[in-house]
Amino acid sequence: MISVQELRVKFGTVEAVRGVTFAVGEGSSFGIVGESGSGKSTVLRALSGLNDDWTGRMTIAGHALAPSRGRDFFRRVQMVFQDPYGSLHPRQTVDRALSEPLEVHGMGDVDRRIRQALAEVALPPSARFRYPHQLSGGQRQRVAIARALMSEPEVLLLDEPTSALDVSVQAEVLNLLADLQDRRKLTYVMVSHNLAVIAHLCPQLGVMQGGEMVEMLSAEDLRAGRVRHPHTADLRRLSTELEEA
Amino acid sequence: MSDVVKRAWLLSDAPTSRSQAAWGRRYRLWCDFSSNGLAMTGLVIVVLLVLCAVAAPLLAPYDPTLQELANRLSVPTAAHWLGTDELGRDVLSRLLFGARVTLGMVIAVVVTVAPFGLAVGCVAGYYGGWADTILMRVTDVFLAFPRLILALAFVAAIHPGVTSAVIAIALTTWPPYARLARAETLTIRSADFIAAVRLTGASSGRIILRHIAPLCLGSLIVRVTLDMSAIILFAASLGFLGMGAQPPSPEWGTMIATARRFFLDQWWVPLMPGLAIFVASLAFNLLGDGLRDVLDPKQR
Amino acid sequence: MKVEIANLTISFPSPQGMSQAVRGVSMTLGAEKLGIVGESGSGKSLTARALLRLLPPAAVVTADRLQFDGIDILKASERDMRAIRGKRAGLILQDPKYALNPIMTAGAQIAEAWRNQKKGSAKEAMQAAIDLLAQVQIRDPKRVAAAYPHELSGGMGQRVMIAMMLAPDPELLIADEPTSALDASVQAEILRLMEDLVSRRGMGLILISHDLPLVSHFCDRVAVMYAGRVVEELAAGELVRAQHAYTRGLLDCLPTLSHPKGRLAVMSRDPAWLA
Repeated sequence: MISVQELRVKFGTVEAVRGVTFAVGEGSSFGIVGESGSGKSTVLRALSGLNDDWTGRMTIAGHALAPSRGRDFFRRVQMVFQDPYGSLHPRQTVDRALSEPLEVHGMGDVDRRIRQALAEVALPPSARFRYPHQLSGGQRQRVAIARALMSEPEVLLLDEPTSALDVSVQAEVLNLLADLQDRRKLTYVMVSHNLAVIAHLCPQLGVMQGGEMVEMLSAEDLRAGRVRHPHTADLRRLSTELEEA
Repeated sequence: MSDVVKRAWLLSDAPTSRSQAAWGRRYRLWCDFSSNGLAMTGLVIVVLLVLCAVAAPLLAPYDPTLQELANRLSVPTAAHWLGTDELGRDVLSRLLFGARVTLGMVIAVVVTVAPFGLAVGCVAGYYGGWADTILMRVTDVFLAFPRLILALAFVAAIHPGVTSAVIAIALTTWPPYARLARAETLTIRSADFIAAVRLTGASSGRIILRHIAPLCLGSLIVRVTLDMSAIILFAASLGFLGMGAQPPSPEWGTMIATARRFFLDQWWVPLMPGLAIFVASLAFNLLGDGLRDVLDPKQR
Repeated sequence: MKVEIANLTISFPSPQGMSQAVRGVSMTLGAEKLGIVGESGSGKSLTARALLRLLPPAAVVTADRLQFDGIDILKASERDMRAIRGKRAGLILQDPKYALNPIMTAGAQIAEAWRNQKKGSAKEAMQAAIDLLAQVQIRDPKRVAAAYPHELSGGMGQRVMIAMMLAPDPELLIADEPTSALDASVQAEILRLMEDLVSRRGMGLILISHDLPLVSHFCDRVAVMYAGRVVEELAAGELVRAQHAYTRGLLDCLPTLSHPKGRLAVMSRDPAWLA
């Protein structure tokens, strides 16, 4: 479904992503872990079309991606951001946020679609005409997910979707993402610094360090400790250390 | 609907329509605003001024151009509450009709300047690069001119009058609005919610018009209200220098200009329009301060 | 040094009347490491900040007892409070980017904190600042002392912040989510450093965090807060024996590497927890 080959992204003279290659099958999830500055979010932004200054080859569903994308691309590929407080327009109601993609893509049946989307992310109908500041962090992230689903995309790019949330809310959102994938056959690319979260949702993952993908492995291998690169081993140790407490 | 029901409807946690949500938000802003006594004073005075201007023909005791040469430069009396001017015209009536000219000029300036500055600023801020460089250098050029000189030169080049005064004031007041809108746009455009709209495939025009401009509007309205007093004074200065409204039009600045000869002996004649300018400017400033408290997101 | 809090209540005026953010919290702390854990809005930060009287002006605070080393915080004058804040008790915040002055070098900021208390010469103060930077295990303290905050990484900035708080030899350190903006590897280092310094100097530590496993790893005792109350207090080693459903829920809903779960447990919030 998605293939990325030799992706390079430069910011000025600094190369933030230095030749990253991976592929994701349809209906599957691929996770990218790394520490801050490893270039993991930059990969996602290049894939989403938010950053058009890259070289390499990226295809989604067989179509090669150009630096600037057409409207059809944005219907098929959507993104969920890390900070639910920053990703919703502060002066627009939930209703307005959800109807925006419908208007852009000229999709009709607005009322029914919005009601359905709210139900799908388990938000009460009463939330429809609220402003973001009247919602909790978890509710906002549900709205952001609902907005991403409005145009009925096939690919969802998830940029640390739960790291700004409380752990109990994180569990709800991760369950929601798993359910949505089952129901809609979505393909996910998820970026996170949390190894356990990535391993929970993604059967395959890549570890990034200094702009390079230093290791790709399955979640099973990671759990079992079958890792090759020392950075992966470090991250794994830090993650399991706390679990044993 | 009773007031209690109305209030509950406005403050509802779960509005059932877009308009209810929007009115609820406005009502909350109003509640914040109305708890500020000084701002409310400003608002009341502004509303009164506008009412006076609109109802001038009904309120004015005399025709503002009616001359009564036998009774010129009279002190305030029961017949002429604020006295008469050098041609024996009733000052109160002239002030009331003058409010129409002065406030009319201010509104005309604001209506042209605010949208223009907003558009220039948003476009420059959103696109960046060449568009930003060109638009902002043009803005700088206008900012670099001394305002009054630029306006005087412009009016002198055409011909003195209310219309050219309005254009001249507009020409010299838009740059700060463009700068303000650009600064706001720069902080907004990198926000995730704008990235999210870009990812829906929305066009740049749509993003600027529907998502960025509405967010800049709050601080722009505040700035406009605070500038109102400056515009009133500017219009009055042009009038005073003979480049604005022309006699016998009862514009406040022009009134002071024609009455300045009597400043030492019949001081109340120039004092009255001066007081009117003072009250109007102060009222707009108080209103603007109050609006800033509720509208400017940075103050929260 | 002893901190005593008894029946602390913090409320804020709202359109619907006073809303209570902290509802009757009691705890005591000596020279030990206490963790306060809870989700956003549980009142954990407010409780700790009440000790330094660093609450928003609208907050209304009542308590049967709120004492720092015998000083009644509720009655203390602003001057008494200044003698506590930053001198006898330090506060470390989440993001050093906002807590450090951007136009002063790290060394100058630490030196200033030191001079406020110790009244030495500028030269002595700078020497003390460099010593402190070495204590927080910065390898090249001279270079870091001369650096401005924007030249430092997140972990380095947090070390500078800790050095600054340690400068006046405080008796209590309050750390409010000190590592949640940092990478996991740096996070562990910073916490280990704090733990070490606190034990070596015989200080008290209040570590506030949303991360229960992390806190229990570094503290002696953990207080779990929910909706303005302490629902459970336990020794850090006894986490597995947590009684309260909320504490259990916090642990169960975490995805882990060692025990894969098909579906994460979701917390069902019992209204009785609020009572």
